[in-house]
Amino acid sequence: MDKLLNEFSFGLFIWQTLLFLALIFLLRKYAWGPILNAVNEREDGIKNALAEAEKARQEMQNITADNEKILKEARTERDAMLKEAREIKNNMITEAKEEAKVQANKLMEQTKVAIQNEKSAAIADIKKQVASLSIDIAEKVVKEELSSESKQLKLVEDTLKDIKLN
Amino acid sequence: MQRKKILNLLTFIFLLTVLKTNAQHESSEAVQHEVTQHDEHGKALTLKEQIKADIKHHLLDSHDFHVTDYLTFPLPIILWDNGLQFFSSSKFHHGESVAESNGNYYAISHNNGHIYKTDSSGTIHYNKKGFESNEKPLDLSITKNVMMIIITSLIIFLVFSSLGKSYAKNGGIGKGPGRILEPIVLYIRDEIAIPNIGEKHYKKYMNYLLTIFFFIWFVNLFGLTPLGVNITGNIAITFSLAILTYLITTFTAKKDYWKHIFWMPGVPAPMKIILAPIELLGTFIKPFALMIRLYANMKAGHVVLMSIIGLMFLFKSWIGSPLSFGLAFGLMILELLVAALQAYIFTVLSALYFGSAAEEHEH
Repeated sequence: MDKLLNEFSFGLFIWQTLLFLALIFLLRKYAWGPILNAVNEREDGIKNALAEAEKARQEMQNITADNEKILKEARTERDAMLKEAREIKNNMITEAKEEAKVQANKLMEQTKVAIQNEKSAAIADIKKQVASLSIDIAEKVVKEELSSESKQLKLVEDTLKDIKLN
Repeated sequence: MQRKKILNLLTFIFLLTVLKTNAQHESSEAVQHEVTQHDEHGKALTLKEQIKADIKHHLLDSHDFHVTDYLTFPLPIILWDNGLQFFSSSKFHHGESVAESNGNYYAISHNNGHIYKTDSSGTIHYNKKGFESNEKPLDLSITKNVMMIIITSLIIFLVFSSLGKSYAKNGGIGKGPGRILEPIVLYIRDEIAIPNIGEKHYKKYMNYLLTIFFFIWFVNLFGLTPLGVNITGNIAITFSLAILTYLITTFTAKKDYWKHIFWMPGVPAPMKIILAPIELLGTFIKPFALMIRLYANMKAGHVVLMSIIGLMFLFKSWIGSPLSFGLAFGLMILELLVAALQAYIFTVLSALYFGSAAEEHEH
């Protein structure tokens, strides 16, 4: 301790204190002040930038989500439309088939009726021709049969034979 | 002075050891060289004594600034002794002769390197304990340490003021050599000041904490250069730094700080009375410990490092000298760490004391 005190230089102490205080005041004005201010500003800037980036990311995410939603809706709509179209197509086909069937049946019916009519007409015609032919034949036969007197007498006789007077 | 001679000797021996294969021949030359060294009484010194004297000389402040034996700058001597005495240190002839100024005679003690008032022949009287008993004028000389403090302060100022200016010019991003130190500034703010003092009060202590960290660190680093300054290993310097910490703690202290010293809350009344003087003593012991820690660490580091360097010359063998060299090299790297570590510890503890002064308790 004595040796320490013996070594202690009061002049050096005074110089050190004065120079060190001067250094603190100079550095405060020209170095630490500007440095700490600049660093603080920069840190605030970084903080703000990060916050903004986060915000932008959030917005981006929202937009993406919206897009996704819209896309999904569009897809659903498309599916619905396709389904509807298919149904309409099926309905139309069924309906057309039905109608065709009905139409065909109707046509068939008409045809049948027409055929029937034609057939009837033809039969009537044939009947008529057959009748006239028969009459012609009968006429000729009668003419032939009744060409002589004997034959006429015979016919009368036969007929009279058949007619039994009851 | 002997230090320079030893340096020359070092170079000489080193070259010889490396270049020559004849170790025998070379060591005899070295021995011849050794005995040409003398102490202040003209007595021949052994190499061991020279090294010892050299270490002692290195640890003390000096009134000359010597780079080598052939390059020594005299420094101004400023004494207050019934009026201002101002002269050049060249008058002392490296502490070997008496300097006269306005009819007063002064001599430098080899014991502690201080200037004492003497008679015309420069006799210094010693008391029973072996300390100088001559009258001691107030010595405000620009000594080697003062010179190095000024140079270091200038370097710190230039580096950081240029960094401070570069922010405005460069859009908020630092530029220049100070930029590599910017992370350290941030470290001191974020890891030392804010955790110890608190977000609310740390700002007003930042100037002191930053200055003290860089001052101690830079000065410690300069102490490791061959300039051979030992600033922080000087009790006057660490006393000055510690007393500033003490004064700032005391004068920025809030009511709570004093309350915790004189009337500790939460303990029984008799205990409060016992605790008060202990706590009060603690406020002095804390900065005292700061002072001693820095002083002892730096001084011890220099002593050990120089002793091991000295060993190289004592061994003078193929194995011993390179071994000491390796040891000195390793120790030097350790000292680089210690230089930063001591600055860090001083700053952290100062911040801790400021924190206790600025704290506001919720009871």
